[in-house]
Amino acid sequence: MSVLSGIRVIEIAHERIAFAGKLLGELGADVILIEPPEGTRARHYPPFVDDIPGIETSLYFWHYNAGKRGITLDLDTSNGVTELHTLLRTADVLIESEASERVASLRLDANTTARTNPRLIHVAVTPFGRSEPLSDLPEVDLTLMAAGGPVWSCGYDDHSLPPSRGWGFQGYQTGCHFAVMSVLTALLYRGNQPSGGGQFIDVSITAALNVTTEGASYNWLVEGSTLQRQTGRHASLRPTGETQMQCADGRWANTGVPPRFPVEFARLLDWLRTLGLEDQFPEAVFLEMGAHWEGPFDLSRIGVDDTITAVFAAGREALQLIARTVPAQAFFEGCQNAGLAVGVINSPEEAFEDPHFKARGMQVPLYRPDLDRTVIHPGPPFSLPLSPSRLQRPAPRLGEHNQEIVGGS
Amino acid sequence: MPSALAAYRICDFTGQLAGAGATKWLAAFGAEVIRIEDPVRQGRWDILRGNPPYKDERRGIDMGGAFNNHNTDKLGITLNLKTDKAREILRRLVALSDVVSENFAAGVLERWGFGYDALRAIRPDIIYVSNCGFGHQGPYSRFKTWGPIVQAVSGLTHTSGLPDQPPAGWGYSYMDHTGGYYMAMAILAALLHRQRTGEGQWVDLACTDAALTLNGPALLDWTVNQRGLRVAPVYSNRDQHGFMAPHNIYPCAGDDDWIAIACRDDAEWASFSALINQPWTGSFSGLSARLEGQDELDRLISAWTSTRDKFETESLLRAHHIPVGAVQKPSERIDRDATTGRFGLWPTVEHSAIGKVRVDGQPMHFSVTDWQQTRGAPCLSEHTRQVLTGLLGYTDAEVDAFQAEGVL
Repeated sequence: MSVLSGIRVIEIAHERIAFAGKLLGELGADVILIEPPEGTRARHYPPFVDDIPGIETSLYFWHYNAGKRGITLDLDTSNGVTELHTLLRTADVLIESEASERVASLRLDANTTARTNPRLIHVAVTPFGRSEPLSDLPEVDLTLMAAGGPVWSCGYDDHSLPPSRGWGFQGYQTGCHFAVMSVLTALLYRGNQPSGGGQFIDVSITAALNVTTEGASYNWLVEGSTLQRQTGRHASLRPTGETQMQCADGRWANTGVPPRFPVEFARLLDWLRTLGLEDQFPEAVFLEMGAHWEGPFDLSRIGVDDTITAVFAAGREALQLIARTVPAQAFFEGCQNAGLAVGVINSPEEAFEDPHFKARGMQVPLYRPDLDRTVIHPGPPFSLPLSPSRLQRPAPRLGEHNQEIVGGS
Repeated sequence: MPSALAAYRICDFTGQLAGAGATKWLAAFGAEVIRIEDPVRQGRWDILRGNPPYKDERRGIDMGGAFNNHNTDKLGITLNLKTDKAREILRRLVALSDVVSENFAAGVLERWGFGYDALRAIRPDIIYVSNCGFGHQGPYSRFKTWGPIVQAVSGLTHTSGLPDQPPAGWGYSYMDHTGGYYMAMAILAALLHRQRTGEGQWVDLACTDAALTLNGPALLDWTVNQRGLRVAPVYSNRDQHGFMAPHNIYPCAGDDDWIAIACRDDAEWASFSALINQPWTGSFSGLSARLEGQDELDRLISAWTSTRDKFETESLLRAHHIPVGAVQKPSERIDRDATTGRFGLWPTVEHSAIGKVRVDGQPMHFSVTDWQQTRGAPCLSEHTRQVLTGLLGYTDAEVDAFQAEGVL
């Protein structure tokens, strides 16, 4: 049993919400994806298996729809709409991202779905919220990320370069995170009600992005100040020191906060000695001072107190010297062993092949009988020991479950 | 309006954003979140406490704007857990709580004597949710993280940036926010399991696990096609998999003003071409022409946008149903963009010391059990007496004595 075993989710296929259905499926829900007879648009999104486009070979579709069952319904016909409402009577959750005209034609206004099924948790995830006309206009992840705030804070010190978007459909995924939190919250509430207990939940993707920007929002809200983007580190009111270092193998690492505690200076000095680099680093004397520092090492005195400034700078320079000497993975592990929160900047596949994530079970094989092929998927993102998450099945073929769910229509 | 989570009490050790963001959600939906802080270090195990931004000229441990933003509607108590009496108070609180939540480095709560086995001995159905960078199991479980480190190791930093530049990554802790979302999901899922079975459990959440799963299509491209992103050029403003062009962020006339524009298909490209009425658009009529000539295409579009106002251009493109979004500055998306205001996204809370201040709200509305954020973050120890006498059954005299002895 998984935590949502027995919970049925109806998802009207749309790329904006596919990730929410996937997460609910991993928690054990029976997620039924409703596609038009010709298949949903995302079936045509690259990349494809062996680079051969086809309605059953989109890896984009495979990822976001793994774990679901799939049916086709022609929602442009009254029979299709009737069938949809028949399904809604059996469902616990509806997730949709329809434009207002379709909400009307599918009779998906909140009053109607509540009458159809008083237990139903109906979640709409739209670009600006259900009542905003802007939600009906075309968009892509990039335009939502620009409007919603993340883009402003990301990019480079050089502001003649454009700000950059965090990659990977994170705009859609952020909306979906809130959709899933909402569903779980509403299920808990419903579970404590003797009858009824369903409700309508109106998620705005741009609102979700607006509250997922850390200081950019609350600096403006609290003191009316505007953070400025910087290369590979937090946007800031005033420029801060660089945190990314390029290592001997050309890969990068993020060094976060440089050493500031005696034990960190001490271990860094040890590491320099182990690598035989102390002779090349006259500032080692400042590391020695840092290692024997007594009382608080007050970072706010950098630039004011000469000794604190020199010790802090020596920590950063020692890291740069080591980075130039060792590969990024060794730099990462060495820094962590010295107690420093440093990260190697992996590509996604490097992360995926890392022994740590393999040991944590992040590679999940799924067999696709139609292609007689086992495919390794990522996930799930977390799991409950007593009711484990799992990917229940590969993404559905078009109409794969028509027969078992709606009797062959 | 009823509250969705009013039935639940959270014994909350979380801090910063990756943890505090999770329990902020629970508090917004009516859970009683009791935040425990260390009186000896004035709650500074949360580095945001007392740090900027500030609403006015006042400074101090209660005046931090970031801490307030992440801890609305929670109660705050102090316990000096180096003292036996404070540990006894904590045991009483755990016995009355549904959930214990924390996002310390792995093993910290265990070393204090409040690991899962100890918690379970106090209350058999307790739910314990820990959230640390690499989780409590695995080769890197001793390693430390904060948001940018999670993003770096998991693949979210490498993929974000411009060609021939270092990684741009994320200009904020995306994975502190998102780690908090997953922590909220884990707590809610564990509560659902208990609602059904009566069982508690320990959920060992790792922010890096969650982050790793956020590049799914790219990972399948790797496992199926052995195509990795280490060797591919990074250009994250363009379309992820090369099936749209144009798809980029272009300069506008104002100071550091930019606009995102995309055409998903030939029809949208035709609309865009008709709208901008430039002679060169004819040479980009098919997707393959636009992809092959994308550098030149972007240069020509930039020349067109660079003399134009970003919001006027946004309105123009919207009217022609072309995907567009001005890159909004914080002031613009919070105070100019009417959609966030109409949504009620920036509630004003009342903080006992700071006064009235706006905070991040929640980006959805529930028709029956909507969220509410009205109270600011707790001042240090603000609710200690209230919780100890009201909930835990101590007398005022006992609380006075605890205070005199350095227990609270």
